[in-house]
Amino acid sequence: MLKYILRRLVMLIPVLLGVSILTFSLIHLIPGDPARSMLGEKSTESQLEQLREELGLNDPYVVQYGRFVGKILQGDLGESVKSQEEISIEIASRLPATVELTVFAMILAMVVGILAGVIAAVKQYSWFDNLSMSGALFGVSLPIFWLGLMMIWLFSVKLNILPASGRISNDIELHTITNFYLLDSLLTGNWAAFKDVFSHLLMPGIALGTIPMAIIARMTRSSMLEVMKQDYIRTASAKGLARHLIVFQHALKNAFLPVLTVIGLQFGLLLGGAVLTETIFSWPGIGRYVYLAVMGRDYPVVQSSILIIAVIFVLVNLITDVLYKYFDPRISYD
Amino acid sequence: MNSKTPILEVNQLHTHFFTKSGVVKAVDGVSFAITPGETLGIVGESGSGKSITAMSIMNLIPSPPGKIVDGEILFKGEDLLKKSEKQMRKIRGKEISMIFQDPMTSLNPVFTVEKQMVETILVHEKMSKKQAKDRAVELLDLVGIPEARGRLKNYPHEFSGGMRQRVMIAMALACNPEVLIADEPTTALDVTIQAQILELLARLQKELGMAIIMITHDLGVVAEVCDRVMVMYAGKPVEYTDKNTLFEQPKHPYTLGLMNSIPRIGAKQEKLAAIQGLPPDLRALPGGCSFAPRCTHAMESCLSHDPAWTEQAANHHVRCLLYEEDEEKVVSE
Repeated sequence: MLKYILRRLVMLIPVLLGVSILTFSLIHLIPGDPARSMLGEKSTESQLEQLREELGLNDPYVVQYGRFVGKILQGDLGESVKSQEEISIEIASRLPATVELTVFAMILAMVVGILAGVIAAVKQYSWFDNLSMSGALFGVSLPIFWLGLMMIWLFSVKLNILPASGRISNDIELHTITNFYLLDSLLTGNWAAFKDVFSHLLMPGIALGTIPMAIIARMTRSSMLEVMKQDYIRTASAKGLARHLIVFQHALKNAFLPVLTVIGLQFGLLLGGAVLTETIFSWPGIGRYVYLAVMGRDYPVVQSSILIIAVIFVLVNLITDVLYKYFDPRISYD
Repeated sequence: MNSKTPILEVNQLHTHFFTKSGVVKAVDGVSFAITPGETLGIVGESGSGKSITAMSIMNLIPSPPGKIVDGEILFKGEDLLKKSEKQMRKIRGKEISMIFQDPMTSLNPVFTVEKQMVETILVHEKMSKKQAKDRAVELLDLVGIPEARGRLKNYPHEFSGGMRQRVMIAMALACNPEVLIADEPTTALDVTIQAQILELLARLQKELGMAIIMITHDLGVVAEVCDRVMVMYAGKPVEYTDKNTLFEQPKHPYTLGLMNSIPRIGAKQEKLAAIQGLPPDLRALPGGCSFAPRCTHAMESCLSHDPAWTEQAANHHVRCLLYEEDEEKVVSE
């Protein structure tokens, strides 16, 4: 097992090399000039030229790429062209926000999705099955930005019960330890902060969790339907086991493997790409950071952030693969 | 024949499936009784209703579409069909156990043998986990699994087919059941393993004294282990007698057909005799005797007359018009 994990980690190197080349090429293919976006439309050609020279933008692409990789290998993610801040520091301050939102959204999606899927399968063709599966179809089809905006309109503007943006209200004091605010408020026993952070998480969490929830529910249902027909389920009934044990233990553990695959993929996607949700809810996370960097042609920020996102994605996939073994002992990695 | 009181008695069982394309009379008037220590064989081809009979006894017919529409199943004098699901759960796996055809798929692949055995024991017996584990070891020993304690931690895929069937049997015996229903327990196994499993069942029956209902399509299995045999065709019993009588004086043309399709050692045979035609569609049974269209002895009246269940000789029941004219007494219907 350990050998397998190490082998997978070594495999990270070619993946990251590929990702870095791809992002580097793509970002330089986008029209636009970082120097102009920094200095503004009224800047003179000589000012622009001077800045380009400073930033090394006049060097051949290969040299620029080599410089980027060289720095990365030394553990230096570079500096933002715009803010002059260290990118590693900026990412470190934003990553917890994204992770917190993603974990919250995924827990929501898993609890509701798996439960709905299991009940829908056990009561196939019942009103619950029809309702939840139409709901799921609706859920995957909804544009996130529309759902987000509608929620803001209803809960923030009309009803004024949930905050429309940010992670925490300005007037709430929170002593941070992990930078996961919900966790920090629990650790410090700060209930006012917990309530406030939770209310901030709710809408973006729902917006972000809707699509994974729908996919998980449908996957769980179809997988459970398949498993409930198996001989070992009949054996479990013939042994005199109670219904809930048969469904939630004997069937669900078998049905979970394809669901786990979906969860892993969605988790990876959300961690790196909550761009829409983070933008709508002004969530200070990685997605919004990358979005702003792309808009401002902040090349180093885009390159480094995407590299980090790629690492996270690969790690999440690795964890998923390791978890497979727990759910299905027949899987062997040797 | 055994004169002890029956432990399990099935009377006029009718289990039907209500599908969109019609009512499937999967079990249509099955009656039998079995006494402790006895082995009853239920023989028939696929779709003859033998497995549905077994599932009806366990009250595990998927409903809808299935439903037991009539009959009674008396276990120790009490009708199982009148019991609640909760009461039935206490009987399943404890007093009446079941083993299945395919040991490769009948054990849950994602749980260890220990977990699957211990949970069965704990559902029915008041024991600690430790005691249940010891009991599991004892059971695996009983069914002849070497190094039982060490193998508890194994998953089903780490056992061979024959060993898995032994595990299944051990699990079924966990609470000393009074009736063991074996639904084609040897069909998925190769011949040498088949013999071992049948021997094991016979030995366990002698030691533990349970009644066994052996469901099979293999007359060889019947010859080996059964005391009495019921032959089923299209949901109905067609012949019911003790094993020796069945093999020496088979009466029903279908039973005769089955006998003729067994290859015999030593006999010079060019081609096996097969029963012509296919089993009927249970949604659209022919009028009269269900077997008539395939029967070599069919008479005109067979197509219009449903034969009655008659007792031909002492404890030898047949459902066939050939014997009805000179019959002594009509038992039921």
